[in-house]
Amino acid sequence: MSFLIGKNMTGGYGSVDILHSCTVGVERGEIAVVVGPNGAGKSTAMKAMFGMLALRGGQVIMKGEDITTLKPQERVLKGMGFVPQTQNVFPSMTVEENLEMGAFIRRDDVAETMGQVFDLFPILKDKRHQPAGELSGGQRQQVAVGRALMTRPDVLMLDEPTAGVSPIVMDELFDRIIEIARTDIAILMVEQNAKQALAIADKGYVLVQGANRYTDTGEALLENPDVRRAFLGG
Amino acid sequence: MLDILNALTVIGNFVIIPGLAYGSQLALGALGVTLVYSVLRFSNFAHGEMMSFGAMLSVLVTFWLQGAGIGAGLLPTALIALPVSILGTVLLCLLIDRLVYRYYRQTRAPNVTYLIVSIGVMFTIGGLVRFIIGPSDRIFTDGSRFIIKARSFKEMTGLNEGLAIKMTQGVTLATAIVIVIAVFWFLNKTRTGKSMRAYSDNEDLALLSGINPERVVMITWIIAAALAAIAGTLYGLDKSFKPFTFLQLLLPIFAAAIVGGVGNPVGAIAGGFVIAFSELFVTFAYKKVLTYLLPESLAPESLMQLLSTEYKIALSFVILVIVLLIRPTGLFSGKTL
Repeated sequence: MSFLIGKNMTGGYGSVDILHSCTVGVERGEIAVVVGPNGAGKSTAMKAMFGMLALRGGQVIMKGEDITTLKPQERVLKGMGFVPQTQNVFPSMTVEENLEMGAFIRRDDVAETMGQVFDLFPILKDKRHQPAGELSGGQRQQVAVGRALMTRPDVLMLDEPTAGVSPIVMDELFDRIIEIARTDIAILMVEQNAKQALAIADKGYVLVQGANRYTDTGEALLENPDVRRAFLGG
Repeated sequence: MLDILNALTVIGNFVIIPGLAYGSQLALGALGVTLVYSVLRFSNFAHGEMMSFGAMLSVLVTFWLQGAGIGAGLLPTALIALPVSILGTVLLCLLIDRLVYRYYRQTRAPNVTYLIVSIGVMFTIGGLVRFIIGPSDRIFTDGSRFIIKARSFKEMTGLNEGLAIKMTQGVTLATAIVIVIAVFWFLNKTRTGKSMRAYSDNEDLALLSGINPERVVMITWIIAAALAAIAGTLYGLDKSFKPFTFLQLLLPIFAAAIVGGVGNPVGAIAGGFVIAFSELFVTFAYKKVLTYLLPESLAPESLMQLLSTEYKIALSFVILVIVLLIRPTGLFSGKTL
């Protein structure tokens, strides 16, 4: 039994199903990556696990508890952190205020967690009084990840964290994500940059048309000739 | 030299002092409009009537206090009535939100629906006010009339021209400064204020962060209503309370909010003063000033007024159009809280 698992998820945004009995799971301290071609339902699968999408079939189970019917906010309280792909910061608020808002549901002192986020992303400490909207794309992604970490989640879900950032920044972000996973947080990530993402993944899911096509360790998927040919450009 | 001082005194007396008071009233009104716009995302046309309602409560409570022989000494009694008026206006707004706006929030109505609904609310509150207090003009200021009288200013300085500061003008400016500082402190320093800004910035992310939208909406109404009650009361004190003027006042208030950049509180305050001073500078009769400044042979015969005071309201729109042509987002970039 995985720490967090979406089992046989079926559903979509209206009458048409996008996910067809799709299963995605992740363990504590591990990185699970969901890859696949455009329109494969990668982001949809993640949204379904976070409760932003009503499922017609299947269930989402976290720490052995069925959370299929919970709203996103309730899942945050259960220990889920979510970083949306776009519009994932409060642009007119400072970096520090962004982090404070991330910790809104916490009533205790958040200074320690904020210190940990600043240790993880030192650049944010320098820019903490600057509005998040004025930062570069990569720095903004760091704010977005930092904001989600402020609730001290058990699971961190990232929807294409490296979309629109340069390759150097992407490597840097992946390094940070590995560091986060080492603190015993489960990381579930949807990625366009499949090769690089699978290289750091403990587990990889290749989705095609809303269904699981290949599921294996990241390493094995990278070496699988079928996967290479069809999804990784040879 | 004396002529220049006399000319400056004339401008100070007829433009600067009234402009500061009128600008403060507009700024407080525009601040309320901007807050509602950035959190609830619609232009609240009922804001003028909310001010009227608050001013009406102040008038009624002031009359009652005067009847009971309670006063504030040199200050207007209305200041004692103000907390009651704020409370009443807040309750009215929360009631209207519960009965009217909440329905449209739940059905996720488009912004234009809200706008039309707010016009309906405007007529309803306007009717309510006239039903309760009647349409006539009421003067409810009392206490000392002046902080500085024109004659004592003349005696003090030896100038030909007097500079008068009315008590209501002083009270208006002082109150506005305190209230604006309080609002900014709230928005920037408190957890609740920050959650309001977060909600205004990025609604979805605010929901993900566990910010309760209904609470944010409620607090926004409380602040907007309090600002409206204060602005309405100060305006009523300074001029007089006449229910119909608040419909007209809506125009410069919206102009102020838009000129400053809708959704930007700093902009709303700047916009209030821009509109107020433009109205006064353009409609001011410069005859006296020029008589002091120019040689006797060039002294003007006419009033030397750029526009007659009847065009005051239209002027807000001229400024609005000019600003929107040059800086479409307003003087300060809009849409942030």
